[in-house]
Amino acid sequence: MTDVRPTGPMAVLRPLSSPRAWQATFHVVAGMFLAATTGAVIWLVGVLWWAAVVSLVEGPTGHWLLPVLYVVVAVLGPAALPPLVQFFSALQRERFRALLGVEIAAPRHDPGSGWRRIFRPWAAGSTWRQLAYNLLAPLLGILGGAIVVLCWAALLLAALWADRVSGPWYALWFGGATVLLLAAPWVARGIADADTAAARRLLGRGHAEELTERVESLARSRADLVDAADTERRRIERDLHDGVQQRLVSLAMNLGMARAAFTDRSPEVLGIIAAAHDEATAALAELRDFVRGLHPAVLNDWGLDAALSGVVARAPLPVKLHVHVAPRCSPSIEAIAYFAVSEALTNVAKHAQASRAEVVAERVGDRLIVTVTDDGRGGASVDGAGTGLRGLAQRAAAVDGSLTVVSPPGGPTTVTVHIPCE
Amino acid sequence: MRVVLAEDSVLLRGGLTKLLTDGGFEVVAAVPDADQLLTAVDAHQPDIVVVDVRMPPTHTDEGIRAALVIRRQHPKIAVCVLSQYVEERYATDLLSVDTSGVGYLLKDRVAHVSDFLDALRRVAAGGTALDPEVVAQLLVRRRDDPMQRLTPREQDVLQLMAEGRSNNGITEALKVSHSAVEKYVSNIFTKLDLPPTDTDHRRVLAVLKYLGT
Repeated sequence: MTDVRPTGPMAVLRPLSSPRAWQATFHVVAGMFLAATTGAVIWLVGVLWWAAVVSLVEGPTGHWLLPVLYVVVAVLGPAALPPLVQFFSALQRERFRALLGVEIAAPRHDPGSGWRRIFRPWAAGSTWRQLAYNLLAPLLGILGGAIVVLCWAALLLAALWADRVSGPWYALWFGGATVLLLAAPWVARGIADADTAAARRLLGRGHAEELTERVESLARSRADLVDAADTERRRIERDLHDGVQQRLVSLAMNLGMARAAFTDRSPEVLGIIAAAHDEATAALAELRDFVRGLHPAVLNDWGLDAALSGVVARAPLPVKLHVHVAPRCSPSIEAIAYFAVSEALTNVAKHAQASRAEVVAERVGDRLIVTVTDDGRGGASVDGAGTGLRGLAQRAAAVDGSLTVVSPPGGPTTVTVHIPCE
Repeated sequence: MRVVLAEDSVLLRGGLTKLLTDGGFEVVAAVPDADQLLTAVDAHQPDIVVVDVRMPPTHTDEGIRAALVIRRQHPKIAVCVLSQYVEERYATDLLSVDTSGVGYLLKDRVAHVSDFLDALRRVAAGGTALDPEVVAQLLVRRRDDPMQRLTPREQDVLQLMAEGRSNNGITEALKVSHSAVEKYVSNIFTKLDLPPTDTDHRRVLAVLKYLGT
């Protein structure tokens, strides 16, 4: 779409009818009235409180009920102000949303509990910032509103008071008024922009608060991703178990039956059947290892202790195992611990030339600490070629954990995994 | 010999039924889940139950739990559990009630038809049949207790005992003389502090100790 820009005098007048200018004008004028009301209420509360405190300090006189009233006001004032400020700030944010289409996220406030509920808001920076906006708004807001109204009404006002000027001043009087009117859209927008900037800073969330929120949401989405990947692995494991594995067992069984039944056939036929049978059995074993590598079913059902004793049993060297993890950790955490041990023991078997190893998994508070130690020749590292430790270190890091390898040349090697376990 | 079979995969249920029938067993019922298994066992009172570990509805350890119920309610009925993976934990659960008439085998073993049928017959006759993989896992776990007193050879013998072999079976498997096996067995009893009463009973006790149940 092409924007047809009028030329000549129309170009000067055009901003006067621009929606944005009128939006800004409405916004500023509405802000003027709102700020006058809210400011008056806040100042009133402040003044009443101050009066009550001063009266108490100077010694109250008169009716005996008065000191009671002073105490009530002195105590209730600070308690009532934050909710009031929050309410007014919400109104102001609503004004920005409705009239300018500017979304300002409300600061989050922690209500606290018990008597802290009363004073907690005063400890929050956001309360002070919002209070500042509500105190400044009546002054600057009314001033800004007045300027905007003056600009728009400049010609009208000039005409009303035209009798006060005469002669050569006449042109200047109306010329100035015309300039003010032509400037009105820009003034309105400028003031609305300044108001928006102030509101973002004072009514919105602080920088630290925004960062905190961002970190929380990132941590949450990262944890969700880890869980999703884990769930997916479990799903694939289940699918393979229910599908391919059953078919392969059936195939191997049928070949086994054929092998047992057809003993009277020629050696050639028997050889083929035997080879097919062996092949099917080998495929079955391979698939079983693969599926276990995805996610061992026993880990879900019985936890780390049972699953790790399986890993340790399959290791080709003697491994001592100690597991003290109660209560259990989440499935994703258990999976990381399980695969870390599994991978570490695979590395020990492949590279370490170790004679024995030890696996310890312990829950210490809300951390799960797993160590795999061997008495091999050392020199291992997370980045070492052909190790799956790199990926496991990443998986551990994804849940705010760590995987470290200490392996001086000559050994011993210790792989330690620290992961949160809530 | 009368068998009740529980296996959720239609394919395997059919295959196993044929295999068992060909092997001289009479399959009196073949069911797809644990509930129907318990009903069928009550109705048919078979000699042996062959049950898959993972079955509906949760596909975790329904088979093991059903097997435990059967062991408790019908101590005379032998139970052989088949599993895609053998895990020590399932085995210890299964063996905690009684070690006679119990089998726990990797599902792959059905491919070796005659070995599988032998194991079933052994279990049906009141023996045990543990998959070598389970036994290996148990051996690791028990490495740091009384079992450490056993020499590696004695551990091998105990492992075969746990798999349910007789002295003759152990003699064959280890390729040693019959008297040597007897000596190992008696050493095992001594080292595990098992007094000489009834030999078969001591065998069970030794295996139980070995399994740590």
